[in-house]
Amino acid sequence: MRKAKLLRGASQSTSYALLLATSAVVLLPFYWMVLSSVKTNHQLFTTPVQWWVWPLHLSNYSRALSLIPFWRQLGNTVMLSALTVIGTVLSGSVVAYGLAKVDWPGRKPLFWLLIVTMLLPGVVTLVPTYVIFRDLGWINTYLPLIIPAFVGSPYYVFLFRQFFLRIPESLSEAARIDGASELHIYARIIMPVSRPVIASVGVLAFVQAWTEYLGPLIYLNQPAQWTLSLGLTAFLTKYSVEWNLMMAAAVVFTLPLIVVFFVGNKYFVKGISFITDVG
Amino acid sequence: MTATAPVAERRRAIEGAPAAPGDLQDGRRRRKWLSLRRRRCLWGLAFVSPWLIGTGGLVLYPMALSLYYSFTNYDIVSSYQFVGLANYGGLLRDPQFRQALGNTFYLVVVMVPLSLVVALGYALLLNVPVYGQRVFRTVLYLPQMVPTVASAILWMWVLNPQFGLVNTILGWFHILGPLWLNSISWSKPSIVLLNVWGIGGAAIIFLAGLQGISPMLVDAAKVDGAGLWRRFRHVTLPALSPLILFNAVMGVLGAMQYFTQAFIMGGGESGGSSVGLGNSLQFAVVYLYEVAFGDLRVGYASAMGWVLFMMMLVVIAVLLRVSARWVFYEGWRKQ
Repeated sequence: MRKAKLLRGASQSTSYALLLATSAVVLLPFYWMVLSSVKTNHQLFTTPVQWWVWPLHLSNYSRALSLIPFWRQLGNTVMLSALTVIGTVLSGSVVAYGLAKVDWPGRKPLFWLLIVTMLLPGVVTLVPTYVIFRDLGWINTYLPLIIPAFVGSPYYVFLFRQFFLRIPESLSEAARIDGASELHIYARIIMPVSRPVIASVGVLAFVQAWTEYLGPLIYLNQPAQWTLSLGLTAFLTKYSVEWNLMMAAAVVFTLPLIVVFFVGNKYFVKGISFITDVG
Repeated sequence: MTATAPVAERRRAIEGAPAAPGDLQDGRRRRKWLSLRRRRCLWGLAFVSPWLIGTGGLVLYPMALSLYYSFTNYDIVSSYQFVGLANYGGLLRDPQFRQALGNTFYLVVVMVPLSLVVALGYALLLNVPVYGQRVFRTVLYLPQMVPTVASAILWMWVLNPQFGLVNTILGWFHILGPLWLNSISWSKPSIVLLNVWGIGGAAIIFLAGLQGISPMLVDAAKVDGAGLWRRFRHVTLPALSPLILFNAVMGVLGAMQYFTQAFIMGGGESGGSSVGLGNSLQFAVVYLYEVAFGDLRVGYASAMGWVLFMMMLVVIAVLLRVSARWVFYEGWRKQ
């Protein structure tokens, strides 16, 4: 018995040591990013490496932000991300309601269509979609980036559906007997109890929109319209040796996501692990 | 009443035709029920319509269009002609495409399995009940929160041969670090390294699977005298196998469409012509992007898209075929 306890203790401390080591390795690049962002150019390129600098060269931040139209691009990114989140949550939940809560013959076959479109690679549609949006005159507008969110992205519809299936049918059935319309049941009964999945989809969609690169790259040609993803790469080409400025810009770009992550931590985990119970 | 009557009745109700006179007595009641059913049909359709329209307009129609373009020499600006299979034939003979495919398959063969192993390792570690478990989970997931562009730029600096983090640390052990992105043979491992760093999402999926394994199963194996390895091999792995397959498929899809980081780290559009030294970071979608949006050869790019799509299907079909042997579906909740 004592031996078993000891053994468990040993395996636990081994895991502990491994976890600590892995965490250190994972966190080091973060430290490197922040450290580099407060170094002078000279401190960046000295050997041996300085693992700590004082005073902090915080002016890197103000310089980095003034070299690109930062605030403008931040505004664009925030606006795009917000609209994407709104569209994704709205369309995802509405479509999922039709697939999970309305008893009609189309729900099964359309669910399979959903799964298929979830797996279809964007590589086939990338070019013709561009041509379509160009013919619509949508190049250099935000429409090609926003509209897709409002028509239900399969992955998020799937997440909503998984959640809706777990809501007891009696809840909506009771309302139906009372004569409530489907729209009413969706808005007044299902959505209010779906806060966890709304939050999960919201944070996942936000991260995706915030970090999106290829879409803005293709559809937005004017720096004033750019998102931070594009702004940061422009930075790379213009000031490619000023790593401290680039790291400062990268820190500012990353920070909002880190904040969102710490606030909505459990929703990320939940949203991702919805995958594990395919129904 | 015959068994077929309700069907006929339903059809009549749907088509809006009046019921036969003979049925009138209980026909009204039934028609009300039927119209309820019909109403549900309309509601269902109404709810899914945004997605149906989206799928039609943004998936099916573009796919058809892409297939059509792939047989033409469409270049956006001038009028175009049918060229038959010329684009596909051209791809066969295109050395750049071949190299791009080779680079892409490197990711499929090296990055995907490595990521799976690391993610599984993370999940196993995170599943051990230790003090501060939640903190560790957060930390290991954190790299996923760095925007793709920011992580690409960060790693370009982390992998700087002379002043970067990785080579500095290797230097402590008297190892002369490689040139990473500035070397033909190390540029792809650099990409792999960066992606393994950000593997938290797959790890969380595995972790959720691990937490779904019944402790009774593990205890039973313990009672039977199974050691740590055998418990892992014969209890944990089979239970996780559907998720391993899921992550593998997702990994393959991601690897075969790998773009952003390679595009940025390879210098892409901006840093000059280079797509990594000696085209070593010329991945399939990077090449497709250049052909489509640089050279405006939409027809050729469309053909490339379809070839890639077919290749993905083949790789995934192989995965599914192979997986039929080891994926264990019991306890996998089915509706």
